[in-house]
Parts: sequence; C-alpha cells; structure tokens
Amino acid sequence: MELAFSPEELAFRDEVRAFVREGMPPAIRAKAAVDGNFDMHEIMEWHKVLYRKGWVAPHWPKELGGPGLDTARRFILVEELELAGAPHLSPFGLSMVGPLIIQFGTDAQKQRYLPKILAGEEVWCQGYSEPNSGSDLASLRCRAEDDGKGSFVVNGQKTWTTYAQYDDWIFCLVRTDASAKKQAGISFLLIDLKTPGVTVKPFLTTGGTPAFCETFFDNVVVPRENLVGPLNGGWTLAKALLGHERTMIAAVGQSARAIRRVKRIASETRLGAGTVLDDPGFRAKIARLEIKLRSLQMANYRAIAGAQLGKAPGPESSILKLRGSEILQQAFELAMEVMGENSLTWFNEAGVVPPFEQWVPSAFNYLRATTIYGGSNEIQKNIIAKMILGLG
Amino acid sequence: MNFDLSDDQRMLVETVASFVKKQSPVTRLRGLREDAVGWQPAVWQQLGELGLLGVMFPESVGGMGGSFVDAALIIEQLGTTLVPEPVIPALVAGSAIMAAGSAEQQRRWVAPLVEGKSVLTLAHSEAATRFATDAVATRATRAGAGWRLDGDKRWVLAGHAADAVVVSAQTDAGLALFVVPRDSKGVEVQAVKTMDGAHAAMLGLRGVEVGADKMLGEPGAAAQAALEQALDVGAAATCAEGYGIMRTALWMTVEYLRTREQFGVKIGTFQALQHRAVDMFVECELGKSMMLLAALTVSEGAAAPARQSAVSAAKVQLAQSGRYVTQQAIQLHGGIGVTDEHDIGLYFKRMHVLCTLFGDEEFHLTRFARLPGFTEGVSAS
Ligand SMILES: Cc1cc2nc3c(=O)[nH]c(=O)nc-3n(C[C@H](O)[C@H](O)[C@H](O)COP(=O)(O)OP(=O)(O)OC[C@H]3O[C@@H](n4cnc5c(N)ncnc54)[C@H](O)[C@@H]3O)c2cc1C
Repeated sequence: MELAFSPEELAFRDEVRAFVREGMPPAIRAKAAVDGNFDMHEIMEWHKVLYRKGWVAPHWPKELGGPGLDTARRFILVEELELAGAPHLSPFGLSMVGPLIIQFGTDAQKQRYLPKILAGEEVWCQGYSEPNSGSDLASLRCRAEDDGKGSFVVNGQKTWTTYAQYDDWIFCLVRTDASAKKQAGISFLLIDLKTPGVTVKPFLTTGGTPAFCETFFDNVVVPRENLVGPLNGGWTLAKALLGHERTMIAAVGQSARAIRRVKRIASETRLGAGTVLDDPGFRAKIARLEIKLRSLQMANYRAIAGAQLGKAPGPESSILKLRGSEILQQAFELAMEVMGENSLTWFNEAGVVPPFEQWVPSAFNYLRATTIYGGSNEIQKNIIAKMILGLG
Repeated sequence: MNFDLSDDQRMLVETVASFVKKQSPVTRLRGLREDAVGWQPAVWQQLGELGLLGVMFPESVGGMGGSFVDAALIIEQLGTTLVPEPVIPALVAGSAIMAAGSAEQQRRWVAPLVEGKSVLTLAHSEAATRFATDAVATRATRAGAGWRLDGDKRWVLAGHAADAVVVSAQTDAGLALFVVPRDSKGVEVQAVKTMDGAHAAMLGLRGVEVGADKMLGEPGAAAQAALEQALDVGAAATCAEGYGIMRTALWMTVEYLRTREQFGVKIGTFQALQHRAVDMFVECELGKSMMLLAALTVSEGAAAPARQSAVSAAKVQLAQSGRYVTQQAIQLHGGIGVTDEHDIGLYFKRMHVLCTLFGDEEFHLTRFARLPGFTEGVSAS
C-alpha cells in the first residue's frame, strides 16, 4: 500500500496546473473563476484547447490519439481540470461512443469517427432511453429494419437525449429482431442527425435550461456500415458502456469544486458579526460533507489503483455512482442553505446575487437528475445487492 | 384536546378546495410565471370576497374574527395547486399592522387588504439580517413632523407590485415599523424573479419621507415584538402551505407508482419504492402534526417563548419532511420529474422557497435550542 502520489506524478500535477494557468482562454477563465455555467460554444472551445494539447481524451490509447497517460495521471488530469473550474466536456463522444468504437468498431469505423470526436468536429449524443423504456432499457422499441438494399430504416422515438439540439450524431440502441428475447434483438447503430426524417425537439429541465430533447425517427435511412458490433449484439456494447459511465459519474472532482464553492459563498455571506463560514454549526455541516467526499475519493482511488493492476471496473463502480451522485446533490443543497434568501434567485440579471451564487439555484434543481440518470440509484442498489452481496 | 375541524372549518376547507380546483389549477401559475406581476388582481379580489383574506383579522377591519388556524387551513389548500396570489406576505404585513398600529392605522391599511382591494407586504430582510430582527441597518431619522427612511431591503415578496410595504428600520430609540406606499418618492423598485415562478423586489429606500402617521406605534421593544410575531405568522403559514405541497407531491407520486410500468410491472410493486412511499407518507403526517402545533399556538396568542418554540419546531420539521418528500417525489418520477413540463418540479421549487422564508432550518434550530424551555428542568436543584 502506498497513499501518496509519486514525485513524478506530482510533477505532472504541476504541469497540468501550469497549462491551465497559461492555456485557458480569458473568457473561459473569467467564468471558471466564479464557477459559472458554460454554454455549448464555450465547451467546444475548451475541447479544442485540450485537443491541441493532446489531453482531450486522457483515457484513449496512444495510437488512437490518447496522451498515453497511466491511470494515476489520468486521474490527476481530470481532477485538476475540475478544480480549475474548467468546462465539462461533452462525454458522449469522448467517454461513451469513442471507447466503444475503439473496443468494438471496425478499422474503417475507427478511422471515420475517432479523429472527428477528438478534434471536436463532430459532437455526439446518446439515444438509449425511450418514453417507456428507462430503467428497463432492454424493453426498447425504436426499430431498425433491413431494407435489403444495404441500409436500415429506423422508426421510433428516443427521449431525454441530452443536448441533441447542438449535436451532429447520435448513437442508438435499436430493435433489429422483434421476435428474439428482449436483450437478444438489440443492435448498436450510429445515426447522423442531419439525415432526413430525424426531428429533435428540445425541452426545459427543472433547472430552466434546455438540456434535453425528444428525438424522433421517421423512416430514417441509415447505411449498414453504421452498425457497431454484431447485428443483434448491441446489449453487450450497452453493458460495456455502462461501466465507463459509472466511474465517470462518481463526479469526485465536481463535488470537490462544489464544496469549495460552498465555502466561498459562506465566506462572503454575513451572519451576525461575522460570516457564515465563521459559524460553528455551518462549519460542522460543511466538514461532514467534505469527509463524506473524502471517503468517496479514497474509494475512487482504490478502484483506480485496482484498474492499474489490470482489473476492469466491476459492479463496485455502482458504489461510486451511488454515493457520488448523492454528495453532489448535498453540496448544492448546502450552497443553497448558505445563500439564505439569495437562494430564491431565478435567472435574474447579474448583480442581484454575487457571481458565485448566480447559477446555484438552477443547478440545485437540475442535479436532482444525478440520482436518476446513468442507471438510477435504485437500480444501482439492485445491482450491488445482486452482484456483490449475492442477494436475490 | 380535540383536533377535529368544526363544521364551519370543514365548510371553509371545502370552499377553498373547490375554488383552487376550478379557478386555479397549476396551469394558472405556469401562465403567470413570465407575467410582470405574477398574480391576478381579479382573483385577489375574489379571495377577498370569499372572505379568505380576512379570516384571521378582527371584525373592526372587516375581518371574520376567526383564528390563525382558519388561515392555515386556507393556505394549506392554496398550496395544493400552487396558487400564485401573495397571500402569505399580505397576512404577514397585516399581522404587523394589527400588532403595532393604532385602530385608525389598522382600518386604513388592513381593511382594503381584507376586501382584496390592496396588496401589502413586509420589507424586512437585508444583506445582513439573516432572518433575525436584531441586525436591521435601514435607518429612520426625524424629518420635520415625520420620518426619513434610508436603506436597502432584499427579497420583498410581491414588493414589485404591492400597494404598500411595511418596512422595518432602526431609529435612535430602537426598531420601528412604517407603512410605506410603494409609489412614495425615493422608493426604488427592482423587480426580481424567484425560483417558484413568483416575483419579488429589491427595494432601495433613498431618503423616503413619510408622515408620522406612517409609523406603527412607537419605536422600541413593542415594535420589535410585533415584527417577531408577524414573522412567526409567516413561518407558521409556510408550514401550512408546505404541508399542502407535501401532501400533493406524495399523492401525485403514489399515483405515478400505480400507473408507470417498467420490467413488465407497475413500478409500485417494487418493495424498495413502496417503502420509500411509506417514508414519504410518514413525513407528511409529521409535517401535518407540526403545522397544526404552530397554527394552534399562534392562534392562541401564546407568549413569545412558547410561540417561538412551536413555530421553530414546525419550521425545522417542514425543512426535513418537505425536503425529503419533494426530493423523493422527483426521484420516483424518474426522468420526467426533472422536466419543467411536469408539475412535480414546481412543487419542489415552491418547497425550497417556503423552507427558506421567515427563517430557514438552521435559524430555527438555533432559536429553538436557545429558548429557555429547552434547558428547563435540567439543573439538579
Ligand atoms: C437530466 C437527464 C439526462 C439524461 N440524458 C440521457 C441521454 O442523454 N440519453 C439517454 O438515453 N438517456 C438519458 N437520460 C435518461 C435516464 O437514463 C433515465 O431517466 C433513467 O434510466 C430512468 O428511466 P426513467 O426516467 O424512465 O424512469 P423509470 O425507469 O420509469 O423509473 C422511475 C422510478 O422507478 C425506479 N425503479 C425502476 N425500476 C426499479 C426497480 N426494478 N427497482 C426499484 N426501483 C425501480 C427508478 O429508480 C425511479 O425512481 C437522462 C435523464 C435525465 C434525468
């Protein structure tokens, strides 16, 4: 056992910090300094900065454009960017469909899609959920039929497709064999959102932002070469992707950033003769949450160290998702509490509340989603009970 | 002890329940979210005509001389469909005037409110007040026969469109309360939006001159006590509305568990979710119990320590139960619970606002633990 990062790893951390200091565009830096919310344009601008540095896909293999960092360095990179307040990159290409194409795609598919994901030239979204297929994903109905002329014809609806209105491509789970058992008739298909017959309809979240869409497919013709993995073999791919998603969704860095923000707000909010941060009651509350996060961070380190020894993320990743999502929510609840009546603010002009507080109420609402998406926390508990504890 | 509703109270509840169902479904709030005012004067007047704004006020101002319990029963019903009219701020301001003002002032300001002809609100919060009454920075200084007010009030509910505002200010002789017509010279109104789809105002008082007749009673302990009582009326009212919201969120969720299918069954058949729904139900019952405690105590006109103890306890309970129930309501709705389109998110938002107004959990927890009653009977003597 060895708790500390090695001197080389620490040197890498300094390198990341220096890069952030020098490489972050001023407009993004200004927002990052107050933990602002970034729009898609700013996200993609930052994506391209990281791309030029070679760090945009820390977890990709070197020969396909990854930086060739070991797991500890990858972790350091992600954590430092997070603490710097940098925009969160769209995960759907870099962390979802990209790794899947790397693992299951043909060489032609790798050449066609991966470079554009890396460069940020094509932005992706995820078409899994349907109105009647959420937790029970395998019941999905959106169907793709072979037209006998080298293409599939896709009909159906996806929903909750995050940011589809800004995107170029969608990766979908579609039903290709209606007669087979649920999981057995599903395939993994890549669809260009510009294809005729695709309609994307954004709608508002409770956070007041148009963060997700309904996506409709009406006789959409998709070339057969857009199928990834074997026909009717899509479920295996879907499961492989879920493991990636859950370690990411632990959001340790994001929570650390949120707790730091709580302290900042507390230090600027007056209470009696001092500030909220001086108040022992509030301090204890913040400390309690920080300790919770520390335990998650240690668990995450252990999972990562395990991966370094060549273990794949197993059902333990469910633990990270479970606690990580709750801690993130609690950090924003605490921020709201510290803000007092300022927490009532809703999309008011700048200056009504301090810059650090501006986006907190929106996030406080939207982040109720963290315990729902990526496999709800109830589903994670079902997995842990079954796969780890051997119950049921 | 008796917790049954009287026949009159039962009728009152039925009247309001039918009013909100027919005249103010949640779609009305949705429609008014982007409206510059955020409520409808015609509906305000209707509330007055139905007697709903006057139940807790005496007959001398046109009220029904009823009790705060009646007001709480009304407010609970208004919560079930998120009625956007500013009833709570108006009752709080009215209470302050009743507690501190002369008979003439009471008639002048509260009577039109009772009739639904005017909207009043309280402007107390400032950057450093943090729910308490002892840190007001707004100054009131003598100006001829009257007073001159200077200061900045924040998050004045409905303050962007209220007719008059009860303002707390510091004088050389202690805290004082003034009634200030919103259109007085020197009142700067910045309308702001609040999370629940309503509006409030940031009020700048820039040398606002008011006559002596605008001061409620005398500065000092009595004014401060009146303000504290009014704030407690507000806190107790949020508990009542909060219970209406909790209860609605619970039953919306139970209904969803009964209809939504996943894995080929209704999701309400999953025991994990049944237990969650039961916990929500338990929290609702506790929330209801505590809102009754607060309402009854306020109604009886209990002395300050007893009133504060009951109100703070209820407000802490609201924070815990209300938060749990509305969070879980969203969780059990899954993705649709995070859409603006679905009503459950509106209940969640309103609950946060209610938990914050008139003292949040931390404030009331601290106050509760500092009251003399908290350590009563502890010393061995
Ligand atoms: C903000 C947001 C963004 C999203 N982005 C995307 C995206 O980009 N692409 C995409 O494909 N999907 C996306 N999703 C969808 C997300 O994956 C689903 O919402 C999730 O899988 C839950 O499905 P559901 O909403 O249909 O809820 P349901 O499955 O109907 O669940 C309702 C409730 O029942 C519970 N439940 C269900 N089954 C069980 C069980 N067996 N035992 C115990 N409890 C159970 C759930 O935990 C939940 O509390 C997003 C969702 C949100 C909220």
